[in-house]
Amino acid sequence: MNDLAVTVENLRRKFGSFVAVDGVSFDIGRGEIFGFLGPNGAGKSTTIRMLCGLLRPTSGEGRVAGFDITRQPEKIKTRIGYMSQKFSLYRTITVEENLDFYAGVYLMERRHHRDRKDEFFRQTELGAFRNRVVSSLPSGARQLLALFCAIQHRPQIVFLDEPTAGVDPTARRYFWDKINSLADEGITVFVTTHYLDEAEECDRVAMIFEGKIAAIGAPAELTRTRFKGRVFRLGVENPLQARSLALTLDGVNDAVVFGSELHLTLGDAANPDTIFRQLESRVSFADAPVLIEPTLEDLFVSLIGEERR
Amino acid sequence: MSFTRVIAVARKETLQILRDPRFLFLAFAFPVVLIFLFGYAITLDVREIPTVILDRSNSTHSRQLIRSFVNSGYFSEIARANSEKEITELIDRGEAAFALIIPFDFAEQLQRDRAPVLTIADGSDANTSQSIVAYSRRILTDYNLKRVGSAIGIDVSKMRVTAQTRFWYNQELDSRHFLVPGLIALIMTTLGALLTSLTVAREWERGTMELLISTPIKPVELALGKLLPFYVIGMFDLFLSSAVAVIIFDVPFRGSLVLLTISSSLFLAAVLSMGYMISVVTRSQQLAYQVSMLASFLPGLLLSGFLFPISSMPKAIQIISLAVPGRYLIDILRGIFLRGAGLDILLPNLLALAGFTALFAILAVLTFRRSV
Repeated sequence: MNDLAVTVENLRRKFGSFVAVDGVSFDIGRGEIFGFLGPNGAGKSTTIRMLCGLLRPTSGEGRVAGFDITRQPEKIKTRIGYMSQKFSLYRTITVEENLDFYAGVYLMERRHHRDRKDEFFRQTELGAFRNRVVSSLPSGARQLLALFCAIQHRPQIVFLDEPTAGVDPTARRYFWDKINSLADEGITVFVTTHYLDEAEECDRVAMIFEGKIAAIGAPAELTRTRFKGRVFRLGVENPLQARSLALTLDGVNDAVVFGSELHLTLGDAANPDTIFRQLESRVSFADAPVLIEPTLEDLFVSLIGEERR
Repeated sequence: MSFTRVIAVARKETLQILRDPRFLFLAFAFPVVLIFLFGYAITLDVREIPTVILDRSNSTHSRQLIRSFVNSGYFSEIARANSEKEITELIDRGEAAFALIIPFDFAEQLQRDRAPVLTIADGSDANTSQSIVAYSRRILTDYNLKRVGSAIGIDVSKMRVTAQTRFWYNQELDSRHFLVPGLIALIMTTLGALLTSLTVAREWERGTMELLISTPIKPVELALGKLLPFYVIGMFDLFLSSAVAVIIFDVPFRGSLVLLTISSSLFLAAVLSMGYMISVVTRSQQLAYQVSMLASFLPGLLLSGFLFPISSMPKAIQIISLAVPGRYLIDILRGIFLRGAGLDILLPNLLALAGFTALFAILAVLTFRRSV
């Protein structure tokens, strides 16, 4: 029990007749980076908001840092940090004034606050924006500031709801370096994203779809154990057209477009040669098909496909 | 409760106020505008009534009568008419509010026993026309007395019983002295409720509340921190408008400054928590603005005794007015400014304000807790 930062048991939340979170259960170990993956509206934010004590669950149980989410939310709030999906810092005051405000609210020691703030301004582009009003910042810088506001008081657990939305790839690298260093300090990180490449950085991920967890585990293990079939990558001139054609063929379970490439998932019983011959007679291949390791995205698409069927 | 958190909130709130021109205007310019507007434009006194005169008699007697009207200070002749039609036109256009018509046989009739003159008052403003009629009657009575006296050879001003009227606390009977202390209360009610009603609603609207309620901040810390800067603004406005009242409008200040500070603080605490509660409940700036105007400005204007004396309202309305915090402050302010009243006299009003403060403060914190 002591090693678990978060435990959730059959958590549900309804808004009217709409079930946003439909009985999810999972545990997160201390110091773990736990990724919550899923499309918009899958129930990621609703789950986070229940864990942070902002929203009461309709039913089910949850504990964060050892405290009950419905009965002891005030105890939880002193031990967590939260970065909401929608930007929620004060826009009319400066970067530093926002940081100072939250340092005060979390009763940070002045010395710690000053040291961490200085380090943060040294390490990131925000140093240049220190005395700028937040509304004038580019969106990447805002996200950085929100991240820092959530972690500057060194919470036991930090909840990051789509932290890298609207952040350019280089800055995203900084985010993940920061997240990794938090985990090294023993801070548990609960992060949601819909960038599946980011999910590979997590120790474990849960895939959530329509309020339910479709799969949970370490990324590599998930694609190995949960994925049914084989994935082939091929280059085609018109991937969208090729995709719809491929889906009409027997033995093709899924076809997903990645830029100019097509990932085809074939059932275990299917014969790849027959399928590719059929396909090549209708569309021209730029690159020959290669058998590849399925990615999380392939897994996700196939899991959603299963759900829908 | 943590003092550090209260200060952190107060500091942040102050920074936000200082960077928001809308708030700055409401907090500092609006009271001054209001006090000058009311101080100069609104007066309940009836003086220098625009008067048109038609003197058909054109005799020594008629001129004497006209002089006693004009010299009274209440009537100011704006035109001498040649026909009744002209009078009608002037009154219709609103240029004259009173007309005096002296018939051609006025002097002859005066020698007998009856000399009717016609007075016309514009009745569309009922209050003013009441005063006009009263003034004109008094002037005519005095005129008659003098005539009777001189006929029998007695100086009537020495003979009759005269009432030497003194208006205590407002000797000049200047309605500004009566209005301006009330106006200060009205300004504080409106600003206090309006400004605070926007603060929490704004946090919900802009999404900043989402993060704030994920922190360990307690409702009472948030409330105190948010209200502190507005308390300072409110007190600043109080002293500013008091200074304007005394320096520019010559309103006397006879009471104690300490008592003024204490009672205004209590009052501010009540209206600020009322505004805060409105903000917590509505969660939208638009709605909060409307509700606080409805809950503060209108009762403050109509039911507080600011313009209309509470004692002349119907019983039911008088009972309703007990729930308007402004009436207690207006009583207190008039007491302090005009009568130099002390704590012993003002105590019941102060207690009422303390009651409101406690009620609204508790409600404000309780409603917030439920909404998280």
